Amino acid sequence: MPTAIMRVFRGDAKGGGFQEYRVPAEEGMVVLDVIHEIQATQAPDLAVRWNCKAGKCGSCSAEVNGKPRLMCMTRMNIFPEGEPITVAPMRTFPLIRDLVTDVSFNFEMAKRVPAFRPRPRDPDGTYRMQQEDIDRPQEFHKCIECFLCQNVCHVIRDHEDNKRHFAGPRLFVRYAALEMHPLDTNDRRELLKEKMGLGFCNITKCCTEVCPEHIKITDNAIIPLKERVVDEYYDPVLWLVRKLTGRK
Amino acid sequence: MAETKYETHEYDVIVIGAGGAGLRAAIEASARGVKTALVCKSLLGKAHTVMAEGGIAAALGNVYPEDNWQVHFRDTLRGGKMLNNWRMAQLHAQEAPARVLELEEWGALFDRTQDGRILQRDFGGHRYARLAHVGDRTGLEMIRTLQQHAVHKGIDVFMECTIIRLLLDGGRIAGAFGYWRESGRFVTFKAKAVVLATGGIGKIWKFTSNSWEYTGDGVTMALDAGADLIDMECYQFHPTGMVWPPSVRGILVTEGVRGDGGTLKNSFGERFMFKYIPEFFRAETAETEEEADRWYTDKKNNRRTPDLLPRDEVARAINSEVKMVRGSPHGGVFLDIASRRDADYIKRRLPSMYHQFKELADVDITKEPMEVGPTAHYMNGGVRVDADTAATAVPGLFAAGEIAGGLHGANRLGGNSLSDLVVFGRRAGLYAAEYAQNLKGTLTVDAGWVEALAQEALEPFQRTGGENPYAIHRDLQETMQSLVGIIRTEGELKKALEELATLKERARRVRVDGNRQYNPSWHLTLDLHSLLTVSEVVTLAALERKESRGGHTRDDYPKPDPEWGRVNIAVRRRHGDITLTPDPLPEMPDELKKLLEER
Ligand SMILES: Cc1cc2nc3c(=O)[nH]c(=O)nc-3n(C[C@H](O)[C@H](O)[C@H](O)COP(=O)(O)OP(=O)(O)OC[C@H]3O[C@@H](n4cnc5c(N)ncnc54)[C@H](O)[C@@H]3O)c2cc1C
Ligand code: SF4
Ligand code: SF4
Ligand code: FES
Repeated sequence: MPTAIMRVFRGDAKGGGFQEYRVPAEEGMVVLDVIHEIQATQAPDLAVRWNCKAGKCGSCSAEVNGKPRLMCMTRMNIFPEGEPITVAPMRTFPLIRDLVTDVSFNFEMAKRVPAFRPRPRDPDGTYRMQQEDIDRPQEFHKCIECFLCQNVCHVIRDHEDNKRHFAGPRLFVRYAALEMHPLDTNDRRELLKEKMGLGFCNITKCCTEVCPEHIKITDNAIIPLKERVVDEYYDPVLWLVRKLTGRK
Repeated sequence: MAETKYETHEYDVIVIGAGGAGLRAAIEASARGVKTALVCKSLLGKAHTVMAEGGIAAALGNVYPEDNWQVHFRDTLRGGKMLNNWRMAQLHAQEAPARVLELEEWGALFDRTQDGRILQRDFGGHRYARLAHVGDRTGLEMIRTLQQHAVHKGIDVFMECTIIRLLLDGGRIAGAFGYWRESGRFVTFKAKAVVLATGGIGKIWKFTSNSWEYTGDGVTMALDAGADLIDMECYQFHPTGMVWPPSVRGILVTEGVRGDGGTLKNSFGERFMFKYIPEFFRAETAETEEEADRWYTDKKNNRRTPDLLPRDEVARAINSEVKMVRGSPHGGVFLDIASRRDADYIKRRLPSMYHQFKELADVDITKEPMEVGPTAHYMNGGVRVDADTAATAVPGLFAAGEIAGGLHGANRLGGNSLSDLVVFGRRAGLYAAEYAQNLKGTLTVDAGWVEALAQEALEPFQRTGGENPYAIHRDLQETMQSLVGIIRTEGELKKALEELATLKERARRVRVDGNRQYNPSWHLTLDLHSLLTVSEVVTLAALERKESRGGHTRDDYPKPDPEWGRVNIAVRRRHGDITLTPDPLPEMPDELKKLLEER
């Protein structure tokens, strides 16, 4: 059986460094399996988050060989055999321990999103929506909140201060989902412009590149939001028309 | 209330567990105006509910207007081999449609019919296409909708906070005690009422679709507090989990694959399910491949494909095919949708299955069959509750979701869990709030007891024994997999009990290294108590039920026995010991009995 050489970050807010572990690699293993193997046999207190092991819950985000990834969906066989693989925590969030970071920023920002506010039901008690009108918001609903896009966005990765007034790509996806929801009647434009830092985004598309759900964050969420905010900020009629007809 | 030296919070209602059931309970309790908190082991939004794939069952009648709650009720009881609590099944079937529409009103976007209503898909054991869904990621849509709704309602959330014990005062609920995973510090909740929504126990088996969270904490805490458990022997093994490569073994393959036209085949290419149609379902199941294939588009004139028999039947059939050496190369059978539906359809209907096989197994499901086999999946039984109020036998303690028993009887139908969560989550929140509002007098949390619990939890740091908690967990999973799996015998069950006794001994010698800060080996060490308790309960109950029914199959008693069909096995802890009693099922009213007689 080939041996995997893993360099895993160990440490907490006070400091730390990479530690090397050698693990027998079984066929089909993903990085998370190897981390679990290290935990079970060599480093029982190695801290890591995970839940589904199938790319559905967004718990196991880390930087593998410097790339933001879900550990449970990263096969070991994509790396050259015999070369060390580094596994580090997401850098943008404060470290708790080993591979676990404090992602509460994202949950705080989520609290500030103005709620979904639906229009009344149709007279027959249903909400009629055509599939093509919900395809786009459904794309956004695929988000598993892995926060890899938040991790990679330079606006907050390199400038801690910006976290106060920048919601980040994950939250822009959320705003876009609400804005394009055929039933929603709430208006979030001023907030997006003034408090959520939509203007800070300079469309580098780094977020889109790392999204494990392949959500086209920049093209489908951020750019249309920017357009809405700019065009319609002083044109409430246009906004209302778009909202009511559900046009993108 | 006496003070303990630990961080303390006071609420009217605390909800333990933030999956669909817990979120819905917290939303309801908070809407009733009581001070409510939600506590969960993982981050918010990561509970099991997020993984649910195929859909939520509700007789909306959007695709088949013939569908209604009576048919859903009947399907649920037949699927559960009549061991269900009839009242729960009735409430569930009646209220599920309103709960689904409520999710839509809170922002959920289900896939649509041509005329713009909620689309429904076929699933095992449901007579009509009944599952509202979003591709194969329905649970994600549901948990996100509920999570966002709860957040906007301002409910306090304690995430990555694990509860280890319920606190009682004179037999009534007085709160709960736990620790923050991040810091390892203890925390006490004082509460008038507690809703348990902690889900299942799937981590006692080796091949499982469940995550690290499913260690049976809630079930164990309820048992230790004096509540009854029922139907614990009837565990559901889902017929289709991944089998290859080894590291993904057990990960779920949704029943939606078969609902959307996929079919099971053995190594000879034979659609073997036609050989396994039980007498009980013969009248409603297709006998030929032609009829089965026509059924997908014309349900009026054809009977359902045996590929969509209830899960217990399909899991046993796969098990036999593998035993008779007609399986696939890696010890499963084939699940083929590639030869039956075009690639676009498969990718649109089953995007995450496509992705999962492509990324994890190098299999393109639009071109080749999948290899699948049974995997531990769902606790059909659980904590016994009052059907209407979700109250347990302990005053102030409520339970909803996978943790609660009764609704599903001996076997749950696919899609009936997500609907269970919202129907009974809402009821649990409602009645917990009502209980808290009406509670007279004061509750005291015994500071000495809390201190003893804290010391007990810290003990593994001081031990000199050399046991590793991961090794004990692995050995437990081997034991349960090989001796208390799908097919059981008295000899093996007794052997399992002996092995469990040894494992309990070993658990007392676990030593934890490192400190209390985010230390998974300490967390697992604390979970061992529940893992071992629920394993023992399942094994004892399996030994007791001397027949085969639903999720419980005995090789030495291969047939259902009408006598056993009249009782639930109730498990209680009295003075430290676990006791089992056969309790008669609640008597069903005649008008509901009539529904069951109709075809
Ligand atoms: C892969 C998969 C696919 C599925 N697909 C479907 C489907 O299509 N349709 C369907 O109806 N059902 C499906 N199911 C079943 C269904 O998803 C689950 O039964 C259901 O989601 C359970 O919900 P719950 O609210 O009871 O608990 P969960 O969602 O599991 O939540 C449990 C909560 O309890 C918390 N918790 C546990 N222990 C503690 C503790 N000690 N202290 C504090 N918190 C604790 C956890 O952190 C979590 O928040 C599927 C299950 C799986 C695994
Ligand atoms: S496109 Fe905008 S949001 Fe995305 S990474 Fe670049 S700057 Fe950040
Ligand atoms: S948008 Fe994509 S990358 Fe960002 S949190 Fe969601 S799933 Fe992760
Ligand atoms: S463990 Fe759920 S996404 Fe990796």
